[in-house]
Amino acid sequence: MATTLAKAADGIGAATHAARIEHVSKSFAGPAGQQLVLDDITLDVAPGEFVTLLGASGCGKSTLLNLVAGLDRPTAGGISTDGRPALMFQEHALFPWLTAGKNIELALKLRGVPKNERRGRAEELLELVRLKGAHGKRVHELSGGMRQRVALARALAQESRLLLMDEPFAALDAITRDVLHDELTRIWRETQLSVLFVTHNVREAVRLAQRVVLLSSRPGRIAREWTVGIPHPRRIEDTAVAELSVEITEELRGEIRRHGQH
Amino acid sequence: MASTETTAKDKDGGDLAGLEAGLDALETVQTGRRPLRLTLREKVLPPVVAAVLVLAVWQALVSFEIVDDPTKLPSPGAVWHVLREAWLQGELLGYIWTSVSRGLLGFFFALLIGTPLGLLVARVKVVRAAIGPILSGLQSLPSVAWVPPAVIWLGLNNSMMYAVILLGAVPSIANGLVSGVDQVPPLFLRAGRTLGATGLKGTWYVVLPAALPGYVAGLKQGWAFSWRSLMAAEIIASFPDLGVGLGQLLENGRNASDMAMVFEAILLILTVGIAIDLLIFSPLERWVLRSRGLLVKG
Repeated sequence: MATTLAKAADGIGAATHAARIEHVSKSFAGPAGQQLVLDDITLDVAPGEFVTLLGASGCGKSTLLNLVAGLDRPTAGGISTDGRPALMFQEHALFPWLTAGKNIELALKLRGVPKNERRGRAEELLELVRLKGAHGKRVHELSGGMRQRVALARALAQESRLLLMDEPFAALDAITRDVLHDELTRIWRETQLSVLFVTHNVREAVRLAQRVVLLSSRPGRIAREWTVGIPHPRRIEDTAVAELSVEITEELRGEIRRHGQH
Repeated sequence: MASTETTAKDKDGGDLAGLEAGLDALETVQTGRRPLRLTLREKVLPPVVAAVLVLAVWQALVSFEIVDDPTKLPSPGAVWHVLREAWLQGELLGYIWTSVSRGLLGFFFALLIGTPLGLLVARVKVVRAAIGPILSGLQSLPSVAWVPPAVIWLGLNNSMMYAVILLGAVPSIANGLVSGVDQVPPLFLRAGRTLGATGLKGTWYVVLPAALPGYVAGLKQGWAFSWRSLMAAEIIASFPDLGVGLGQLLENGRNASDMAMVFEAILLILTVGIAIDLLIFSPLERWVLRSRGLLVKG
């Protein structure tokens, strides 16, 4: 089903969505038989849209991202994306046997970019994430924030229309994370990418997204959605960000509380 | 629901870039080379002192006549004399070369066989189930056990030496690669797949380079096994037509009841084994680990 949808999208030409998730369910074999992790998720990401998936532990948000990335298959339902999405993880997942620049060049190579263009393109991408001159640096020589920026550059090297991000900033300290929020917003606006960003951090979700989707836990269902109209540039300490965060947090707490009652 | 309050916080790009540059500078690990004197003092001096101590004890055992029988324990001077004689007669390098060339060539063949074998065992489930346990079991089989059958199958010749080396080294090399592949973090495989490195591309661009540290450890062990197997083969299957390697030298010393010669051979076998490791495998291993930031300095 996923492939037919993808083909249909190709036929139209310009895709009307970056990702279309239709009635997707996913269950895993657990100790207590089949365990339903995702239940009937339907979600569209429009071209150029920034959507955050928000949820507590066990809501299956990472599972959903894996499904969209094509790393796993849904038990039911269909997913179609506009080309193969790029994926960024909580850990940088850069290859330590390559330099920062060569990590990006590998992504270009695997996409079929000719050899003589790779170096220049990698330099451009490093400049985009403000790491000019880091091409020859080894991964272990970079700080956590720098590694995630190289990982972002490597993801961008795939030239996908859709960038999937699985809590990419969760392991960073607060200041670095804040800076990377600004960077991601800047790059998203410059590149007109669609972003599907998974997090459990409400403020992060509100600060970044145009749309926040709250998932309930066990099984993961779409509980509620908010459109965030706060204009950019946003700051983590903005009153508007704080107010909406309070509202969403209340809802999230309610979702979590339900699990303690039975 | 939608919040539309405008927040007028001025934040230009330059401010962000500056903040970021500051963070990068603060968090970047400073790396530099060790000064040579420190390396000499911490890495070279201790083993030299240890060797000198062993020599001193040895000399003392002879000088104070604690062991008063040159056929049991020759003096360091006597061993030095035998070494010097062999060198002056131009035979020393010949002994060494005979064994080292056999050892390295045998190791090279073991590399050619062990690498694809290891990859096959690591990546193909049926092959792993079938020969994986045998391969790791073979590692605990002393390679000297292969000498008698190899002599019977192949006769007293160089092929038999190579066969024994292969049987000793191939399992180590293959197992090193298998454990290297097994220890590749699943995250690298996922990252590779999202970048489009699947199938053979995934093996070439992700699995093999990620498995390199384990593979190099296997090579190192494979060399040790090659060298040991070869010495066992040379000692047991000494035959004049094969040329005198270090193992034969040892056996000749025993036949002549010339303890100085036996010590000479043992010293040479030990030295060559250490030298090859120090000159080839340890630098290779250090380079692989250091380039990945896996080598802790100290």
